[in-house]
Amino acid sequence: MDPVASAVRLAVQEAVHILSSSEDGGHIISTLQSLRRYLGETETQAPPEEQEEFSRTHFSTILRCLVGKLSPDWLDLLPDGQLEELWASFFLEGPADQAFLVLMESIEGAASPSFRLMKMARLLARFLSAGRMAAVMEGQCGQQAGPASRLLQETLLTRVVGLPDHLGNRLQRETLAAFFPQNYFPLLGEEVLRVLQAVVDSLRGGLDCSVSFLSQVLGKACVHGRQKEILGVLVPRLTVLTQGNCLWQRVCWRLVECVPDRAMEAVLKGLVEAAPGPEVLSRLLGNLVTKSKKAQFVMTQKLLFLQYSCSMPMLQSLLGYLAMDSQRRPLLVQALKELLETWGSSSAIRHTPLEQQRYVSKALLICLTHLGEAELRASRDELLASLMEGVKSRLDSSLPPVRRLGMIVAEVASARLHPEGPPLKFQYEEDELTREMLALAVPRPAADGPSEAGDDELVPYDMSGDGEQRGSKTPAYVRDCLEALTASEDWERWEEALRALEGLVLKSPAATREVSLELAKVLLHLEEKTAVAGFERLRQRALVAVTVTDPARVAEYLAVQFYALNYSLRQRMDILDVLALAAQELSRPGCLGKAAQRGSPGPGSQPSGAAVPAWKAVVEERVRRKTRRFCKQGSTGRAAAAGPNEFNAVAGYFFFPLLQRFDRPVVTFDLLGDDQLVLGRLAHTLGALMYLAVNTAVAVPMGKALLEFVWALRFHGDAYVRRGLLSAVSSVLLSVPAEWLLADLPDELLEARSWLADVAEQDADEDCRLLAVKALLLLEKLRDRLLPLSSP
Amino acid sequence: MQTGSEHMAAPVPNPQFVLRGARSAVHALHFCHGAQGHPLLLSGSLRGLVHVWSLQTRRPLAALDGHGGQCVTWLHTLPQGPQLLSQGRDLQLCVWDLAEGRNAVVDAVHLESVGFCRASVLAEGPQRWMLAVPGRGSDEVQVLELPSKTSVSCLKPEAGARLGMPMCLQLWQAESSPRPLLLAGYEDGSLALWDVSARKVCSRVACHSEPVMALALDPRRARGVSGSAEKVLAVWSLEGQQALQVRGTHELINPGIADLKIRPDSKILATAGWDHRVRVFQWRTMKPLAVLAFHSATVHCVAFNTTGLLAAGSGDQRISVWSLYPPT
Repeated sequence: MDPVASAVRLAVQEAVHILSSSEDGGHIISTLQSLRRYLGETETQAPPEEQEEFSRTHFSTILRCLVGKLSPDWLDLLPDGQLEELWASFFLEGPADQAFLVLMESIEGAASPSFRLMKMARLLARFLSAGRMAAVMEGQCGQQAGPASRLLQETLLTRVVGLPDHLGNRLQRETLAAFFPQNYFPLLGEEVLRVLQAVVDSLRGGLDCSVSFLSQVLGKACVHGRQKEILGVLVPRLTVLTQGNCLWQRVCWRLVECVPDRAMEAVLKGLVEAAPGPEVLSRLLGNLVTKSKKAQFVMTQKLLFLQYSCSMPMLQSLLGYLAMDSQRRPLLVQALKELLETWGSSSAIRHTPLEQQRYVSKALLICLTHLGEAELRASRDELLASLMEGVKSRLDSSLPPVRRLGMIVAEVASARLHPEGPPLKFQYEEDELTREMLALAVPRPAADGPSEAGDDELVPYDMSGDGEQRGSKTPAYVRDCLEALTASEDWERWEEALRALEGLVLKSPAATREVSLELAKVLLHLEEKTAVAGFERLRQRALVAVTVTDPARVAEYLAVQFYALNYSLRQRMDILDVLALAAQELSRPGCLGKAAQRGSPGPGSQPSGAAVPAWKAVVEERVRRKTRRFCKQGSTGRAAAAGPNEFNAVAGYFFFPLLQRFDRPVVTFDLLGDDQLVLGRLAHTLGALMYLAVNTAVAVPMGKALLEFVWALRFHGDAYVRRGLLSAVSSVLLSVPAEWLLADLPDELLEARSWLADVAEQDADEDCRLLAVKALLLLEKLRDRLLPLSSP
Repeated sequence: MQTGSEHMAAPVPNPQFVLRGARSAVHALHFCHGAQGHPLLLSGSLRGLVHVWSLQTRRPLAALDGHGGQCVTWLHTLPQGPQLLSQGRDLQLCVWDLAEGRNAVVDAVHLESVGFCRASVLAEGPQRWMLAVPGRGSDEVQVLELPSKTSVSCLKPEAGARLGMPMCLQLWQAESSPRPLLLAGYEDGSLALWDVSARKVCSRVACHSEPVMALALDPRRARGVSGSAEKVLAVWSLEGQQALQVRGTHELINPGIADLKIRPDSKILATAGWDHRVRVFQWRTMKPLAVLAFHSATVHCVAFNTTGLLAAGSGDQRISVWSLYPPT
């Protein structure tokens, strides 16, 4: 046996013996002092080979022995905590990894709660605050990983990252602030940085180092969901350190490369989130995506297609990173191709949530801003093909947001892919989303120049009422309007007639009834001949007014025309809208008129409309204040004007003709085939009519017919149609009296219930699920109301 | 173009008050100060009356009848007295003495032209003024000195110029130069800058294709704006006080501008439109700020006072007074 080894062994054995048996403080102190010689901290150091032998073989034994002796009596053998200080110094100054492991081991082994547990926990907190964790990790950076030490490393790794969990479990409510994850992980980040600094220093000194343990720590912390805490410390510092420093950059790249595959996603996602922009991300990652398959998968597939949780700045960073290096750009082109393919896939359009479709569209627009003319041209045919395919499927959709995404992306993408062609331009309403998307489509500006100084910006008032001034050719009679609309070549007069018609119809119902059918026919076939502002709305308002004035004849005519030949889809949908609006007006008179007055732009732009209510409010407020009311409880709110439900008498004319022929296609109109948009609209309209027929005598047969209609179509593939059906079911539940429902339609209700439950659980469309839940709730309410009646 | 963050623009405010009682279309407006500095508004009507309104009581203080029932097209006050100048289509430019409650015509200038052109006045000395009015020949502008009424200059375009009648005038003197200048808008849509003493055109630019109905000048920026019978406002500048140059045009929704004024603090511009509307723009950028759709007939004239009030007179016989973007 090696003489050095046996000498150390003897000394250690003797010390252990003394420590475990002696009650003499002085003796113990001198023994501990003699052991400290091996730690190399005292003046009389042991020879280096003995120190090495001690720390390799005997240090843990000594520490365990020391932990075993820990008790209040033992510490009190010497006054003033001398013994405790000396005791602690072994843990704080000896080889850090062993000390750390023994600390954790003893904390796990200690009874809870106990004196020993708290002592050890405090010691661990001291250990952390003394920066020993850096020493623990640094110890792992120089070593060559053999099989034995790999196991040790794994234990160490689990303990280092799991420290807050372990301590939390052991100490429960007694745990110390230092072990809270929100405190511990930032500290761990700091320690990692210190180790990285040491690695950089030793690399400068020509020594080989490995950062793989750090990578593992980082990976494991991120997998545990602590990206924000640890990267929040690391990324800002690394951003600064890697700036213009190749060595730091290489160390950083290596750090990420060595992250185990299973942790790669967590780390990359955290980095993308924490990095302030693509430049920084590029410095931190280097060409990681070309070296690591896993990283490539995460960056180009997982974050783009499998998830849609990244914020827009993250997406900008991610795609900007791919665009910043010539080696990575092919990946960006590939990503664009795949994005476009996904974007245009009709199956994806039907089965993915709208939120994800928006995400993919936005990613697509960002990709386009990063790619150059030449790169796009190289794969233009392929890209154009998927774009065209996608535009077609999207415009076919009956959901407006899906169509809108189609339009925006088509405009932007076609302008980039085919810049020499005439620009594609769709009409769509501008809202938050379109603005956001169009803003994504312009390359990010380098920096905003300071805006021109001068007088402060004045904020404009609302100028929406500003329109062209109209001439004086306004017709005064309904018949004049009719004539102007049919025969006039004078377009100014034609426009005036269209504008005036609604008011005239409402003013002179008798005159309107004489020509109501004729008027409805003319309006239904009216084409937009001049670019008159708000044409659609004017026509619709006039048609609604005519229908309201002479509901039985006009509504029946319109409903029959819905299935007639030679109408465009637009006209058929107009019919549905008009019927629904007219029914609403009839069942709740006045509510539409007010809305129209408020909403209509242009005509009657005198501000009196806006001024009167303010004035009226002031006067009413004054009257209210000056008037003493004797009845204190009397409601001050005005009761809604009461009136008969005029829809009662005519609901059948609106409703039943619409249901008659939906399953019989004609040459130009196939509701069950391509024209699913109209079918969806029909379902919604029927639901609305049903809802408005509340309290009418005809509600029961209507409800019955509607449930049959719903039943026939319940598995329709289009989300918009299903939404319409679901809202129709809710309308039936709301409008048909509960007793009648149970008496006449018990089977239908049971069937509907199981269908609704299925939809609520399984439908791909979020709105459908929501509507189904609402309908189910209505059903529940119905049951609750009836049960007390039937149960006793 | 909509710029920036007007998601929910505020509705246009109502007029601060409306003056009724002119009994005929209002064709001229002018703010001034009466005795004890009470703010007054003067209005000239189609039937030849000049109404003096108190802005405190919002009632007419007096109605001056000096134009024989003919339309009053232009009003201006001179500090002395104060004296009021009123131009009518009865070919008289009357000088009124309004001091101490008097309201008598103290003097009159006989005009040679019955056109639509409003006069312009420029202070020359402490008690001397220069007055530009349309002259005897249909294309001439005559410059008189007040109070002597001496004709000091007659500005006649070159023989072949074919500018047509002068439609609007603006006398002006730059601080840097002692020579008075006259901006005149003509029937053919062009704008000419005259050197009054040299009686020659310094610069001419074709701004419009229809008669120039009104112009306003911002001397501080050496920029101005003009409106015509068409749908366009033209913004032009005076380079080095010499050369007129069109800076840009601003498209309107309806044709026809009867009058336009820039507020004394050069922040906003107001136009009186044939479409019954008053339009307000940010003068520096020509950004549209508001459309005041209060009147039910052509707005003939607009005027600003120094406290930021805007008055508009219209064919519907009403004068609306607004307070927008109060000066800070």
